[in-house]
Amino acid sequence: MPMTLSQKILAAHCGMDKVEAGQLILADVDLVLGNDITAPVAINEFSKLNKNCVFDCDKVALVMDHFAPNKDIKAAEQCKYVREFAGKMNVKNYFDVGEMGVEHALLPEKGLVVAGDLVVGADSHTCTYGALSAFSTGVGSTDMACAMATGKLWFKVPSALKFVLKNKPAKWVSGKDIILHIIGKIGVDGALYKSMEFTGDGVSQLSVYSRLTMANMAIEAGGKNGIFEADDKTLAYIKEHSNRKPVIYKADPDAAYDAVYEIDLSKLRPTVAFPHLPENTRTIDDVGEVKIDQTVIGSCTNGQLEDLAVAAEILKGKKIAKGVRCIVIPATQRIWLEAMEKGYLKTFIDAGCAVSTPTCGPCLGGHMGILAKGERAVATTNRNFVGRMGHPESEVYLASPAVAAASAILGKLASPEAVE
Amino acid sequence: MKAHGTVIKYGNNVDTDVIIPARYLNSSDPKELASHCMEDIDATFVKRVKAGDIIVGGRNFGCGSSHEHAPLAIKTSGIACVVAESFARIFYRNAINIGLPIIECPEASKAIAEGDEVEIDFDSGKIIDFTAKKTYTAQPFPQFIQSIIEAGGLINAIGKNLIGSRERS
Repeated sequence: MPMTLSQKILAAHCGMDKVEAGQLILADVDLVLGNDITAPVAINEFSKLNKNCVFDCDKVALVMDHFAPNKDIKAAEQCKYVREFAGKMNVKNYFDVGEMGVEHALLPEKGLVVAGDLVVGADSHTCTYGALSAFSTGVGSTDMACAMATGKLWFKVPSALKFVLKNKPAKWVSGKDIILHIIGKIGVDGALYKSMEFTGDGVSQLSVYSRLTMANMAIEAGGKNGIFEADDKTLAYIKEHSNRKPVIYKADPDAAYDAVYEIDLSKLRPTVAFPHLPENTRTIDDVGEVKIDQTVIGSCTNGQLEDLAVAAEILKGKKIAKGVRCIVIPATQRIWLEAMEKGYLKTFIDAGCAVSTPTCGPCLGGHMGILAKGERAVATTNRNFVGRMGHPESEVYLASPAVAAASAILGKLASPEAVE
Repeated sequence: MKAHGTVIKYGNNVDTDVIIPARYLNSSDPKELASHCMEDIDATFVKRVKAGDIIVGGRNFGCGSSHEHAPLAIKTSGIACVVAESFARIFYRNAINIGLPIIECPEASKAIAEGDEVEIDFDSGKIIDFTAKKTYTAQPFPQFIQSIIEAGGLINAIGKNLIGSRERS
């Protein structure tokens, strides 16, 4: 049986030459991730296993990012609990305030994930690392506990959807617009239990950061993972960030896919997902008049330096609309520093934005920009479910950094073309 | 193993953020989580749910976050089983791992109404709606998955050696 790229990586991690869709396997994992929300539950479960160490103290990553810097006493207690566990277990990759970042931006930056890895994380957006050609997927806290204890986890081998990307996207169309377009097309359960494999000549037109954004949101289509084959850009990124050697796998040319979608990137427009599902997409030309109260530029989806560069280009010399709050959250400490050195932070502050230290913060309604009843936000985040950013009667519109920045200037959903 | 109770019905794409709003995730105490279960789509849930009740949802139940807090909040509320047309995959895995019985059955998911009295037999996969006098058959879980649920979750099942050793060889 020919295999998909995802199946190749799974086979290599369970010591088999071949695996096929539907097969149950027990596989070795290269990295186990948890954060300040999911790790406390995992640590509780881990403690019931009577283990005095994790399977490998280099292969567990704990990132305090969701409600950190601690938003309240309970959040502080949760971080303290994880901090003590990391100390006791000698977990090398423990990242706290001052060196942390939003986990899915931080791990690639720290070189902890390379092509060919099998990564599990107690966070649904763990699928992000597929951009580096790793098989990575979100699990719950109990799975995280078992993986921390044994270095193994069971998987059902997924079938896959293939997305053939063609041609070059227009100036203001980025990975966010492409993945929103795809989710709009196949729906929030369109890839349920399946891999999403992105291929085609259009991939070479996309930066590694655009690919990270796309793989990040595979879960918003229900996908088990989203993955790209490694190319020169992938390998250059890995070389710059990691000492580890990538392993390159390729899908068999005759691998079976449940469906194949061809997407002409040159025809896509900036795209927005309306409340309250990521599949409620419209192009920027069809959004109508949607006044906004807040903009959030950041998150594991779009908090990279490249995202801030786009926002800064649009906001340079402009002012945020009166009555709109624009919150910019660089995803990691390093991105924060580079954005400062490049002058982006000055541009943001001159325009009237608030710049936050790295945190997941408002993306999941934690802190740093919660919405009141009836308020609307344009956010570069990944989910717009009911109550996601605050009051159950608030609204979140998902968009690219370019659309978010333009919308902040005009006080309503807007195309970057409208402020050029 | 069987569940028998009154149905509380929801629609498609019931996401983890409405099952347990993320603003409450500064706690991992199951009772506290349960006290906010379903709050953002159904403020009455917490008041009316009784031990043994059954949730019937539509497509893609539990989509969104990996937060195990979601099935934990449902289980701690006293819900005996969730029936849905389909489940989001992380929720599906988490429900099994924490011992919340779930069952996929598109026909039952569509037909069963709010308030119906329903019985579910996990061994046979048979779902009986006493109110509508109808019976549906779902694919039952294999024995090893049932063992995990009956033990109250994966960790307990490992503790009781109910499933194979997961140690590195």
